Amino acid sequence: MADKTLIEGIREALDEEMARDPRVFVVGTDIGPRGGVFLATQGLYAKYGPKRIIDAPLAESSIVGIGIGAAMHGLRPVCEIQFADFIHPAYNQIANEAARMYYRTGGQYPVPMVIRAPYGGGVGGGLYHSQSIEATFAHVPGIKVVVPSTPADAKGLLKSAIRDGNPVLYLEPKKGYRMIKGEIPTGDYTTPIGVARVSRAGADLSIFAYGMMHHFALQAAMEAAALGIDAEVVDLRSLSPLDTEAVLASVRKTGKALIVYEDNKFVGYGAELAALISEEAFQSLDAPIVRVAGPDAPAAPYSHPLQDYFMVNTKTILAGIRKLAAY
Amino acid sequence: MPKLGESVVEGKIGRWLKQVGDAVREFEPLLEVETDKVTTEVTATVAGTLLQVLHADGAVVAVDTPIAVIGPAGAEIAQAPAPAETHSRTVETVQSRSPLAARATGQSWVSPVVGRMAAEHGIDVATVVGTGEGGRVTKKDVLAFIETRGVAPAPVELAAWEQPGTGELFRPSEEQPGTPVTAAPDVSQTAGETIPLSAMRRAIAEHMLRSVSTSPHVTTVFDVDLSRVAAHRQANKAVFERDGANLTYTPYFVAAIVAGLKKHPSVNASWADNAVRLHKAVNVGVAVALGEDGLIVPVIRNADALNLLGLARAINDLGERARRRQLKPDETQGGTFTLTNHGASGSLFATPIINQPQCAILAAGKIEKRVVVVTRDGVDSIAIKTMCFIGLTFDHRMLDGAGADAFMSTVKAALEGWA
Amino acid sequence: MDLETGAVADPPAETLAEMYAMLIRARKLDERCWILHRQGKIGFHISGMGHEAAQIGIAWAMRRGYDMLHPYYRDLAMVLACGMPLTDVLLGSFGRQGDPSSGGRQMPNHYCYKPGNVFSVSSPVGTQLPQAAGLALAEQLSGGDRVVITCVGEGSTSEGDFHEAMIWAGVRKLPLVVVVENNEYAISVPMRQQMAIERVSDRAGGYGVRGVSVDGLDMLASYRVAREAIDIARSGGGSTLLEARVVRLTPHSSDDNDTTYRSVEEKIALKAKDPLPRVRASLIARGALTEAQALDIEERALIEVDAAHRAAEAAPYPPNAWALGPVFAGSGDGHG
Repeated sequence: MADKTLIEGIREALDEEMARDPRVFVVGTDIGPRGGVFLATQGLYAKYGPKRIIDAPLAESSIVGIGIGAAMHGLRPVCEIQFADFIHPAYNQIANEAARMYYRTGGQYPVPMVIRAPYGGGVGGGLYHSQSIEATFAHVPGIKVVVPSTPADAKGLLKSAIRDGNPVLYLEPKKGYRMIKGEIPTGDYTTPIGVARVSRAGADLSIFAYGMMHHFALQAAMEAAALGIDAEVVDLRSLSPLDTEAVLASVRKTGKALIVYEDNKFVGYGAELAALISEEAFQSLDAPIVRVAGPDAPAAPYSHPLQDYFMVNTKTILAGIRKLAAY
Repeated sequence: MPKLGESVVEGKIGRWLKQVGDAVREFEPLLEVETDKVTTEVTATVAGTLLQVLHADGAVVAVDTPIAVIGPAGAEIAQAPAPAETHSRTVETVQSRSPLAARATGQSWVSPVVGRMAAEHGIDVATVVGTGEGGRVTKKDVLAFIETRGVAPAPVELAAWEQPGTGELFRPSEEQPGTPVTAAPDVSQTAGETIPLSAMRRAIAEHMLRSVSTSPHVTTVFDVDLSRVAAHRQANKAVFERDGANLTYTPYFVAAIVAGLKKHPSVNASWADNAVRLHKAVNVGVAVALGEDGLIVPVIRNADALNLLGLARAINDLGERARRRQLKPDETQGGTFTLTNHGASGSLFATPIINQPQCAILAAGKIEKRVVVVTRDGVDSIAIKTMCFIGLTFDHRMLDGAGADAFMSTVKAALEGWA
Repeated sequence: MDLETGAVADPPAETLAEMYAMLIRARKLDERCWILHRQGKIGFHISGMGHEAAQIGIAWAMRRGYDMLHPYYRDLAMVLACGMPLTDVLLGSFGRQGDPSSGGRQMPNHYCYKPGNVFSVSSPVGTQLPQAAGLALAEQLSGGDRVVITCVGEGSTSEGDFHEAMIWAGVRKLPLVVVVENNEYAISVPMRQQMAIERVSDRAGGYGVRGVSVDGLDMLASYRVAREAIDIARSGGGSTLLEARVVRLTPHSSDDNDTTYRSVEEKIALKAKDPLPRVRASLIARGALTEAQALDIEERALIEVDAAHRAAEAAPYPPNAWALGPVFAGSGDGHG
């Protein structure tokens, strides 16, 4: 089976779900004839027409707001925000409306919608095409947050998200769109939300990561193996709901936890993971919990060397692995 | 100074029980008055603030002389109006009046702006010197009045939605009133059976509770000699049967009630927020028991337009359909008076609960033969008569004992004199 | 509406009487809520007094219960018109279990009544506008003929969501009527500090949408204008921005102290504009109601409000578990 890219996994999921369920439609800017700025919807406009692939005006709050209305009506919108950096105007509709609608109506009006957004740095995008926003939304009860790191998971998770029946934020590691290649199983399959995956079993320490960082963590783990350090790598895939059992089981096994995320360190997603591990697996810990994360500066700079210095990468992860292993 | 006795012409102020500036409630003791016979507590006839004491402790004052002024706090006392006609008026009052009331006093016409300004400043227009045509109080007059008095606007009675809030949103819940009370004691744990409430039971419970907490209930009981009614019924039962009506005692009671309401319209009324509304229509409701389920009160609309046959038919029909639960919602609405025949179940007399928003309810007790004393030509003898106690439970806000008894006397007369 | 002549026939006399009855029910219920708040029995109330004539006129122009309504917190009369029982409104005010809007989770007057196709009122203002556009879009995509009516205050037209929703309405010719109930105050901020224009409806042209203003104190005028807008929307003619000029007879909400920004004279003048007496007078004048019928309606409404009050006050509180959920539809709640 030929390797496919992450973006292909996303496109296949959209295509198949739209063919399977006439309620599914996609709304966002430039997704129609242009096929999306990352070509996520390439070919879909020609196939499904303007009633299923809808070009929206440049108004993010309404892209989500429209989606909420359509979802309450009974359709299954997939709302694309062109870059996660531009999701902020829609925060009100996402956090105050979509996430709270089911609760506040006592279950009368569920909001089955997916919000897709490319996130993350390393693409020369500067401050406003590189942001990670998962912590802000994982924090909000009422919305699920998932991040695929492989083409197979990209397709499977997106299908699950579309079928979930609740608001799901689906974050796409844009650096990996074409860079990450892998096998995509044939047939109709879904990747369950709320389930992590151990991508490399190991005994000496556990590395928890997601998105692009999962790949760098795997690479670093392979280099660490050459140094005699046997690292387990867990691809979280689902940030909320989190597969707490998988996380705790891994820590109980290895006794050491390294959490990797490219977002700013302070109050980032990894902080929650660290708190969870120390609360629930304290007696299994043989070392302090370590986080390798982005610096606390306002997002990624453009200039190449600055960006490289800013971003978490295989080297910085390996340094963290070695330090933790030596503890 | 009240007239405390038939031959009393003056009274000595013993001691004032209230000081200037004190708040005074209606019927609250105000001062002690000594006469050569007795020392009496004199109570205030209105509520307000004691603004002025005109005669001090120990003063001897002729009956009907003003001795104190009670009014709204802060109001200044203008010239005291002439002493009232009745003996019982001992204190003068300065009351704020709504523009409507000002117009209704029979004074010369009060213009809208004068009425509004008077209301806002708590001024009795009657106390303002009028320089307009025919002595009319003009806007200028009111302005001048205000200037010379420097009156602060009297607090006008504001509706709940006209009262401003605190301006502070979302104070801590602990500071907010209306936090839930602890749950009612759990009676479900004692041995027994819990019966869920039917909609009718719930509705009855709500209505009864509300009625009792709305109206001050007072009952007056009369007994009625139903001999003539009984005789009439006996004679006409068959005829009515042929005309499709089962003739019970009920139509007679309704007819007598109608006579009573026509003669005493103050009983055919409803309390309406500081006014009494007299209804033109005479719509008499007749309570129908529905066994364990409860009761319902279908209404005979315009009962005054029906003769005995008409009433009998209406009562049959409504009662029949009530028991079969086939009444239309309209048919329990719009009643102005209610009759309840509790006597049918053996009760002698009762004090039922008023069917809001009506003024009164008449309870007809058990109709039975009783021994009564009959006086003819000054000679007493014992007779056996068909008697019945009828009770009127009425809302004492709008009806007093005298009015209630007058009504009942008419009802009694109508029944006893049936022809 | 007669699509050829554009003429809208007035409702018949029995319907006018029904409309009047609903108007009075809304007012009496509203008054009762203020009283309950001042008695300390409910924690909050935000009112529609002064808006009722517009709301009832517009509601009767809808196919109530069929068309979709995405209202805001002053729309008491509208939601009652769409079938919400008086008791249910009070269950929300008292925060009781049977509250259909939210089971006691939301503040009072955050209506939601699914059986009447009434969508959930939120606190951040204007959020309903893009959602209403979404409902309309979905209806359009599904080939349905329902119209979406959504309501806001004039202050909320300053929100970005208003602008964004209007774009969709214009570009897509959505079956949407955006009702702006303009009472000239956003809490304490007067209209002249909210916008530089005289009429909210003047904005419509900027979006390629029909804009209409109506005297919202006139029930029948509101009805006619709404009927026209809804008929146009239903026939695929596109959206209307319908501005109804109303008055806010009360402070913004139960906590507001409007004496800090409205003078006594202004409040007296405002009270004189109360739409209810003039609706009553005009219905009697045209023979749709007699004085006796009007009185009967008013008495009955009070009785209904009393019954609803007692029922709601006696209703149980929600179980504690309702504070924690439901968060997600289907299985699996929370963070895992």
